Amino acid sequence: MKSFDYVRPATVSEAIMAAAEPGAVYLAAGTNLLDLMKGGITRPDRLVDITRLPGLDRIERLSDGGLRIGALVRNADLAHDPEFARSFPAIAEALLSGASAQLRNAATVGGNLLQRARCAYFYDVASACNKREPGTGCDARNGENRLHAVLGWSDACIATHPSDFCVPLVALDAVVEIEGRTGRREIAIESLHPLPGNTPERDNALEPGDLIVGLRLPAKARTFASHARYLKVRERTSYAFAVVSAAAALRIEGGKIREARLALGGVAAKPWRGRPAEEILAGASVSDAAFRRAAEAALAEAKPSGDNQFKIELARRIVVRALTLAAAGTPARIPALPGSPFSSVSGAPHDA
Amino acid sequence: MTLSISLTVNGVRRDIELEDPRVTLLDLLRERLDLTGTKKGCDRGQCGACTVLADGRRINSCLALAASLDGAEIITIEGVSRGEELHPVQAAFIAHDGFQCGFCTPGQIMSAIGLIQEGQAGSDPERIREGMSGNICRCGAYSGITEAVLDAQKSLADADRRSAA
Repeated sequence: MKSFDYVRPATVSEAIMAAAEPGAVYLAAGTNLLDLMKGGITRPDRLVDITRLPGLDRIERLSDGGLRIGALVRNADLAHDPEFARSFPAIAEALLSGASAQLRNAATVGGNLLQRARCAYFYDVASACNKREPGTGCDARNGENRLHAVLGWSDACIATHPSDFCVPLVALDAVVEIEGRTGRREIAIESLHPLPGNTPERDNALEPGDLIVGLRLPAKARTFASHARYLKVRERTSYAFAVVSAAAALRIEGGKIREARLALGGVAAKPWRGRPAEEILAGASVSDAAFRRAAEAALAEAKPSGDNQFKIELARRIVVRALTLAAAGTPARIPALPGSPFSSVSGAPHDA
Repeated sequence: MTLSISLTVNGVRRDIELEDPRVTLLDLLRERLDLTGTKKGCDRGQCGACTVLADGRRINSCLALAASLDGAEIITIEGVSRGEELHPVQAAFIAHDGFQCGFCTPGQIMSAIGLIQEGQAGSDPERIREGMSGNICRCGAYSGITEAVLDAQKSLADADRRSAA
């Protein structure tokens, strides 16, 4: 690991000043950053430790019915907050389907939003990677790419966004609160992660010094609580990134879908909102046929970036299944295997 | 740059001068404090061999900068027994053959202690397995590990009831 300076500011404004310098990065739990630094993928000159900044570790109900989550709230604390899990069950399920218990105890809300691609060629410093070193090419294009993107990719980069948490956040219109050199601003989480285009080195919409201080869920997001699920196919039962995942949330009245929300994970460089699917579902009856039409619409623009044609059909099936599970109703308790399509009756082994 | 930090490790306050901020909690425990019970497996947060409790929560010590944990209370495998009396989770791992070579065992035991304190898994073996999925055992002693965690959880709950009575 390259050497670096370590600073621990006491206030948000000190942190922004310290992090606006070239070569400086923020450190929260470090569960992604330290891994990247050990591999030489990220080589910062200065770490700005934000873990002691005051006031960023709270979950607050807002007067307008929304919820504000501080950037330093740990993933496990958020997922197990009873009020949060009741109001936003798909987000809690996504959080608990991600990483391991040890990592969820450490990892923060803000850090999860900013975690970097898990593409093996991005991680291997001997490989060409436009995200790591702009202009060097993309070894994934002709490499092992069965898990790479099928939507929104470019010739420059076919990596996917690894977060589970961000998928239901995009579906439910979460807002990211940012403090920067010019003060406070906010952006829709859907706009936080750009598609790669010709600048895949740009992971997010943040400027130097910008600090995510919180995340806000609108009151509207609560209206889906009784019909909301997150479903995630992995290459092993637990502790793996998504091959494909989907967050589905429905508002059902009198057997009809009044409003639907859908987002896909593991398919693009950003969590992929399925608006065409949502439009098909709004006003439709709960039916397998409607869910299949929605799945077709959500993946209409998908094309393989390599040996990953299978992910398109897999994604359609996961969409249908996630919508079916959401329509059946949010379970009283998150399943023993959160987000797993192999989840079974509690207490029975998954492979029985 | 030199950083002065203090940690409480297994109940003992340790004041430490770090000449280099790159030191992880794992390397600090093993190389500076000679607490080699905590193992370095993958060193990248994938295997769980380095699991310790920091302020009561199980974490991967390989992915935590020591400097950032300044002031924290750390419990390692060396700090869980009471003298010669094994921690109930340690005793259960022996009773249920929860290991073969033993390399992953300190991390498994610390993770199990963390899992039981979290109180989310209950007596459902599926939830125990899911909750322990951050700890890899290449000898494949998983069925013994699951039984050990269930048994230890029960004996700890029984002991709690007895002390409350």
